[in-house]
Amino acid sequence: MTALSAAARPGDKSSAWRLSDRLGLAFAWALGLLFCALTVSIILYFLIEGLRYLSIHLLTTNPKAGFTESQTGGFLDPLLGTVILAAMSMAIALPAGIGVAVWLSEFARPRALARVAESTIEMLAGAPSVVLALFGLLLFQSPVLGFLSQTTQGVVLGLSFFAAASILSLIALPLVVANVREGLQAIPSHVREASYAVGKTKIATTRRVLLPAARPNVITGAMLGVGRVIGDTAVVLILLGTSLTFQSAGGFLGLLRGQGTALTSYIYNNAPSGELNQPQKAYAAAFVLIVIILALNLVVELAGRRARRMRWG
Amino acid sequence: MGLNVPPPVRRLTGNEGTSSPAPATGSPLAAPNANGNGNGRPPLAPPSFAGAKRMVEPSTLAIDRMAVEELSVSYGPKRAVSSVSLPIRQGEVLALIGPSGCGKTTLLRSLNRLTEVTRGTSFSGRITLDGIDIGSMEATELRRRVTMVFQQPNPFPMSIFDNVAYVLREQGRRRPRKRELTQPVADALARAGLLEEVKDNLDHPALRLSGGQQQRLCIARALAANPEVLLLDEPCSALDPQSTKVIEDLIVKLREDVAVVIVTHNLQQAYRVANYVGFMYLGELVEYGNAQTIFGSAKEQRTKEYVSGAFG
Amino acid sequence: MEDATLQEGAPRWSDDQRAEFSLGTLVCVVVGLLLAMLVFVFREAWPSFSHNGLSWFGSGGGLVDKQITRIFQSGDYHGAGGYVYTFHAWPLIWSTILITAGAVAIAFVCSLFIAVFIVEFAPLPMQRVLQPVIRLLASVPSVIYGLLGVLVVVPFLNNHVITNSEKASVSPTISLSGYGLITAILILTVMISPVMVAVFADGLRAVPRNWIEGSWALGVNRWRSFWKVAVKTARPALVAGAVLATARGLGESVMLSMVSGGIGFAPKPWDGLIFLFEPSEPLASSILQYQDQRTSPPMESTLFAIAAVLLFSAVLLSLAGWAAKQPMKRYGVVA
Repeated sequence: MTALSAAARPGDKSSAWRLSDRLGLAFAWALGLLFCALTVSIILYFLIEGLRYLSIHLLTTNPKAGFTESQTGGFLDPLLGTVILAAMSMAIALPAGIGVAVWLSEFARPRALARVAESTIEMLAGAPSVVLALFGLLLFQSPVLGFLSQTTQGVVLGLSFFAAASILSLIALPLVVANVREGLQAIPSHVREASYAVGKTKIATTRRVLLPAARPNVITGAMLGVGRVIGDTAVVLILLGTSLTFQSAGGFLGLLRGQGTALTSYIYNNAPSGELNQPQKAYAAAFVLIVIILALNLVVELAGRRARRMRWG
Repeated sequence: MGLNVPPPVRRLTGNEGTSSPAPATGSPLAAPNANGNGNGRPPLAPPSFAGAKRMVEPSTLAIDRMAVEELSVSYGPKRAVSSVSLPIRQGEVLALIGPSGCGKTTLLRSLNRLTEVTRGTSFSGRITLDGIDIGSMEATELRRRVTMVFQQPNPFPMSIFDNVAYVLREQGRRRPRKRELTQPVADALARAGLLEEVKDNLDHPALRLSGGQQQRLCIARALAANPEVLLLDEPCSALDPQSTKVIEDLIVKLREDVAVVIVTHNLQQAYRVANYVGFMYLGELVEYGNAQTIFGSAKEQRTKEYVSGAFG
Repeated sequence: MEDATLQEGAPRWSDDQRAEFSLGTLVCVVVGLLLAMLVFVFREAWPSFSHNGLSWFGSGGGLVDKQITRIFQSGDYHGAGGYVYTFHAWPLIWSTILITAGAVAIAFVCSLFIAVFIVEFAPLPMQRVLQPVIRLLASVPSVIYGLLGVLVVVPFLNNHVITNSEKASVSPTISLSGYGLITAILILTVMISPVMVAVFADGLRAVPRNWIEGSWALGVNRWRSFWKVAVKTARPALVAGAVLATARGLGESVMLSMVSGGIGFAPKPWDGLIFLFEPSEPLASSILQYQDQRTSPPMESTLFAIAAVLLFSAVLLSLAGWAAKQPMKRYGVVA
């Protein structure tokens, strides 16, 4: 009588496999472990170096010109700039994205327009951000949109928070659309039919029933969009200007119309390959940026878990 | 090969099996309970389909293939199969019947050690294939000799030819060339009764076949490597009656070369195709015997109640 | 706010019709904006293309930086007669091809094996940890990866790998300092792998379990079963992941401008080992580098021409991905 407690796998031992199969498995293990090791070391590296150079001082003072790292101040303005950009761009991208997603999921007539819309959004998702930034320059340097940025000597600068945020919202849009659409399409049709059967309109159903049900997806889309926005450097470099601090024209709106800076461009310029070459500042700012991204990912994880619990079966 | 097509209907009476079941000594089967009608209940009506045509006669030649000895299988604390012993022979179709949850599928899956896929499974007892303990064999080798067809047809997303040739390609030392495969593939398809329908379309995607054809393709795929035992887990439950009939005919034809074990919750199907029947209830093998006996005059009261539809 | 109920034959627009109209307008605005972008970019780019013809894509202009300077300086002349449009972008194109193709090739193989490992062969605790970690890595900004390259890989190569004699052998034309091809390919590989692994893993997990079990039940071992059934079935996901990663690699401007060397030089494979360390500049990074010199029509046109090439490649890429998935649909592989 043998008592066997078997493993969770089909029970065949790899020692009996052909050589090529065993090599394949060994390769997969090796790469898997290497991947883990690389991930851990990258995260640890930035955590350690960042914490080493981070201080409250850096978070509360503005960058200024100086000769050594201790004289050049912190990155308060860039941090604020990142926050402003995130808020502004999501203020555009979230409603617009939900609207487009609702249209694609619930209406989608005429069919030709729906197909074109899907293709263009997909194209937008794959378009390089430099190209979008260049397009933004073209748009915002035209006299028509001059009110959104500052004008010097009759030449519209086109560099401002408005300009950068508008283009960033375009970058975040496909993420919002995709996630909200996925959430809406996951709702089975009998839910909609039940609502129509009591006389509710499509739009009321969407507003009262479908969107609340798809809320985890909306949150995921929003967080992914924010993550993409605060991580983008090209648009910031091209459309926000190259100043160290905010160049406000006066008042809050003036601030938004002026040039500025964000964490990503700050890191870019302070890296050894950038103009300023202050690695310590770069480490510290990178740490802050990573922490923000981590927090966003955590929100996405939790929202995703709640969505899985609320499955429709 | 010698396909032994049974002659058309002949109402079988009495116990005509030439090889009587040989339970291990000491197993609960050896001493039948005399439980007839002696406990005051009205006699149970014989199964309503008893007059239906049976497709099988007990065959004249039966080769012992596998033997299950005192097998018990547990998923964690829950016992799914308790001390089951029965033989599996080539030349016979063994049907495992019983209500849902009685352990018949677990027993089937133990025969090719697929129970090991689930976490926390433990078993005691022994199963032998041609005298060798299957626990001592390499699992992949066992599963080539004891193949399984599942309830839901699951052909791979490849062409029909590639599906049937799959096992032949993946098990050998070296990969056989396509030329070498055409004959075995055709043979397997013929045995599964599918060759005529698909022989001109072997490169077509397998998923475009109808449900019944897909299941026959799965049977062909399972037969491609010439297994000794073929396990069928409710193979017709997802199919329409027409396809079911085709597959039942097939099963009867196949028993000459392969030992067939079929799990079914359809009593009529068991009646039609089986030589021997094992009735399981709550993990125990309540009764094992010749199909005619089980359906006509079972020894156990529970068996009688089940086959006459008193519970399901 | 009241929800209107459906009214039969109401003369005025119902809520639904209003909603459909306004949302439809929104969609039209978005689509219009993107189409306008296509039109504007190509319109601005046209002068550069028309002046150069097909030689725009060719070599023969030497270092791109010198060409750009010439173009830029010509803008000082008022009047179209003095503008110089001559531009041969081959060094940029070659750099883009080398870096993107190299990174995608390496990353594809590695990501496939890693995804197979994660989905099927890794121990369960490892699987649970790796899932969110991969998503985290995929969302790390490119500037951080660039920083990693500049602070870790570049000094390592500069101090420990590239020999002084190698540096001396090329010193008049270019400088080997660790900012070069291999750094760019390496960092780009690390950058696009998480995305690929995530897409591959999703595709592999979507394969119906009973197909794989069916393969086990036929006596095929676990490795082969997974490879021959699951990986084959997940081929559309493999294509999607590869397309996504290539698009990311093509459009990557920031990280590559930090590590690839910043010189519009076409790396020469026949230079041997030095080839790996030669600096270059891919298309997207060149836009970033020269965008503040956009003050004259010829410069503007040249920059937009580069952008147009990038945009066109992105569109071609999605088409190629769509086309690659078509034959797979035949065998019931769900795309």
